[in-house]
Amino acid sequence: MRHWLATLALVLLAVPGAVSAQTRTETLLVVTESGPNSMDIHGVGANRPSYQASWNLYDRLLTYGVKTLPDGSRMYDYSVLKPELAESWQVAADGASVTFKLRRDAKFHDGAPVTARDVKWSFDRAVTVGGFPTFQMKAGSLENPDQFEVVDDYTFRVKFVRKDKLTMPDVAVPVPVVINSTLAKKSATASDPWAMEWLKNNDAGGGAYKLESWKPGQETIYVRFDDWKSGPLPKIKRVLVREVPSAGNRRALLERGDADISFDLPPKDFAEMGKAGKVAVVSHPVENAFAYVGMNVKNPPFSNPKVRLAVASALPYDKIFSAAVFGRGVLLQGNPIASLTFGHDLVPTPFKTDLSKTKALMAEAGFPGGFATTLSFDQGFATTNEPAAVLVQESLAQIGIRTTIQKIPGANWRNMLLKKEMPIFLNAFGGWLNYPEYFFFWNFHGQNAVFNTSSYQNPEMDKLIDAARFESDRAKYTELVRGFAKLMVADVPRIPLYQPLLDVAMQKNVKGYQYWFHRQLDYRQIAKE
Amino acid sequence: MVLARLAGRRLALAVPALAGVVVVTFLLNRALPGDPAAFFAGPAATQQAIHEIRVKLGLDRTLPEQFLLYVRDLARGDLGKSLTTGQPVIADLLTRLPASLELTLCGLALALAVALPLGVLAAVRPGSWIDHAARVTTTAGVSLPIFFTGLLLVYVFYYLLGWAPAPLGRLDAFSSPPVARTGFYLADSLLARDSALFRAALRQLVLPALTLGLFAMAPIARMTRAAMLGVLGSDFVRTARAMGLAPRTVLLTYALRNALLPVVTLLGMVFSFLLGANVLVEKVFAWPGIGSYALEALIASDYAPVQGFVLMMASIYVVLNLTIDVLYGLIDARVRIEA
Repeated sequence: MRHWLATLALVLLAVPGAVSAQTRTETLLVVTESGPNSMDIHGVGANRPSYQASWNLYDRLLTYGVKTLPDGSRMYDYSVLKPELAESWQVAADGASVTFKLRRDAKFHDGAPVTARDVKWSFDRAVTVGGFPTFQMKAGSLENPDQFEVVDDYTFRVKFVRKDKLTMPDVAVPVPVVINSTLAKKSATASDPWAMEWLKNNDAGGGAYKLESWKPGQETIYVRFDDWKSGPLPKIKRVLVREVPSAGNRRALLERGDADISFDLPPKDFAEMGKAGKVAVVSHPVENAFAYVGMNVKNPPFSNPKVRLAVASALPYDKIFSAAVFGRGVLLQGNPIASLTFGHDLVPTPFKTDLSKTKALMAEAGFPGGFATTLSFDQGFATTNEPAAVLVQESLAQIGIRTTIQKIPGANWRNMLLKKEMPIFLNAFGGWLNYPEYFFFWNFHGQNAVFNTSSYQNPEMDKLIDAARFESDRAKYTELVRGFAKLMVADVPRIPLYQPLLDVAMQKNVKGYQYWFHRQLDYRQIAKE
Repeated sequence: MVLARLAGRRLALAVPALAGVVVVTFLLNRALPGDPAAFFAGPAATQQAIHEIRVKLGLDRTLPEQFLLYVRDLARGDLGKSLTTGQPVIADLLTRLPASLELTLCGLALALAVALPLGVLAAVRPGSWIDHAARVTTTAGVSLPIFFTGLLLVYVFYYLLGWAPAPLGRLDAFSSPPVARTGFYLADSLLARDSALFRAALRQLVLPALTLGLFAMAPIARMTRAAMLGVLGSDFVRTARAMGLAPRTVLLTYALRNALLPVVTLLGMVFSFLLGANVLVEKVFAWPGIGSYALEALIASDYAPVQGFVLMMASIYVVLNLTIDVLYGLIDARVRIEA
């Protein structure tokens, strides 16, 4: 027994092979809840961590500029497009196409030069394979392989199907990556012309990082591509992304100084770590996003706008904000457009906790005695949803609405949203492209996308959104945005609660972190001192 | 010869059981709530996108058709593809099974090393301080939830004291795994004659194995004590003592060997239970085992890995039961004769 204990102590105390300080400052250890399921962002069911893999392994034609916020933190600038693989670009005089000039020194990881044929193959792939990539391309009116033309080896043209101000911004989102087509085609088959199988597990990119190894569900290792030409050579030579499912352990790893950086911890942990000051916590409000209470406007009782207004007057906005996210966010109280997005100051905040008028509203709606219903939320986000749901339940009880809370497992949540039968529920939405009409198009347009969780359909709303999408006159555009925001506030298909923060915790010697709309880590910008 | 016939009969009996498992897991998975197509259609899904994915996954076919396809693939050794990791299920399971086995075996060995002597001593001196100590430790071990013990150990030995390595799975972030021969890092690093790597792997194993061991200790110690008490009170032990055999011989050669039968049965149960149930330990220690793999898949309504996992566990049960039957025969001649 004593012998056994002594062995145990020896094992525990033994020092592992010391890693030299030099390599440690050039190596980034990222800990994350879950990892990628594909290296190919066009793949079926590619999850969010796959976007991070793809973002760092592949280049796109364009990227966004960077701006520094008043608090000294950095975020991408959606109003500035910058060259990545394309050295320059020119919109034709008639406004019907855009021509990209590719940089001549760019190479893929296998040394092959990047040509316009690779770009066309990649764009053709994105609009053809279906699912998420194809829909994202469509959001920028990139719909058809005929639109993409190889002018010569280093010149690529996109013909517009319509004038859409989202076309150019959409070229810089994670989907239109440039793939090494010669390499990929070697693994293409008759039944798999786009080499989906091979690209899922292999790297055919030309981005700043190469894939060294990938053990799905465990870790992904990247090494710097020293021949990268699309920007300044990154400082970090090697990136290790380890999957650590327990949030408590991710926090412990950071606080002990073993891990360098981590997203996805509960808001409470970020709040405490920020206060303790051992590690740096950087936070940005997530653009074009909010958490909300949604109501099904097609089915009674929430089909009655007076009931919805009564709910909006009963919710304890401040309490939800402090209990669910520990104040980590921006309190919106009814303003349908999040801060940092154009239009957020156009419609003043109308909803307040005011129980005095709820009684009259419920009586006018024909429910003087209230009613019983079910309040649902996604269990996958129980950390924030659960306390919010309890507060909503409590406040609704005060106006006679008796709710049963229904927790829905993550796997079933999207299915439930698609069915559009939940009477009242908690949810959140964020849009990549930072335009209010983009948000409204997905959430309130009569096309009734999955994100229009309230099944809200109003021809007046559709007209305003459609007009705003293609309006180039600033004054008219502002009026349209004000119009649809007002309409949403008047009809209350959902009640905005708060705009969440994107938090990230890192060692104090980690510099250069920048917020991206895709909310993934860009290794290229990070340096360790 | 008798043993071989026994083993053969047991194996034949396992076939219908496994067939049943195939059918039941297939149906159960389909009965689960959640639509994998909706889950995997991605953030900007429309009904059309979801339909495209449903066709791609073969979910638009009828249930019997899906089942036939599944059985055909199974016959070819193809367990399907995991959507959460993007890899073939069989490859995932084969890389992860050694991790779970290594952890479970180490945990079980730790538990045995403590629980057997503890149980024997408690039985030899019932009511003594050592009996009470055994009762307290085993009750504590089994009543503390396994994830709690794990988190507590991490908090004390890693976070506060800094003795244990970071809970980062089978190896620290800067070691690379040994060449896979057995899949067990301890064995592989020894085969590669890499003592630093062996130590690194062992350091990672200590806390999770201890967590599992603490949990498994209780039933083993209780069962050993009960079985020993029974045997020690029996006629043949009294006779052996009366014949003047050394107390040591009576205890270890005669009493313990006879008391082991129920303990071995229990060991089999504890082992298979731990293998499936160490998902919580795997989660806490970022251990890339099969339990956490199946759980993640279940959360994502990812059918193939769940089916593969259940099928594999069923096969392991069959092999395990067989081994235990054979062990019975070795320990107790009566089993051989009765078979």
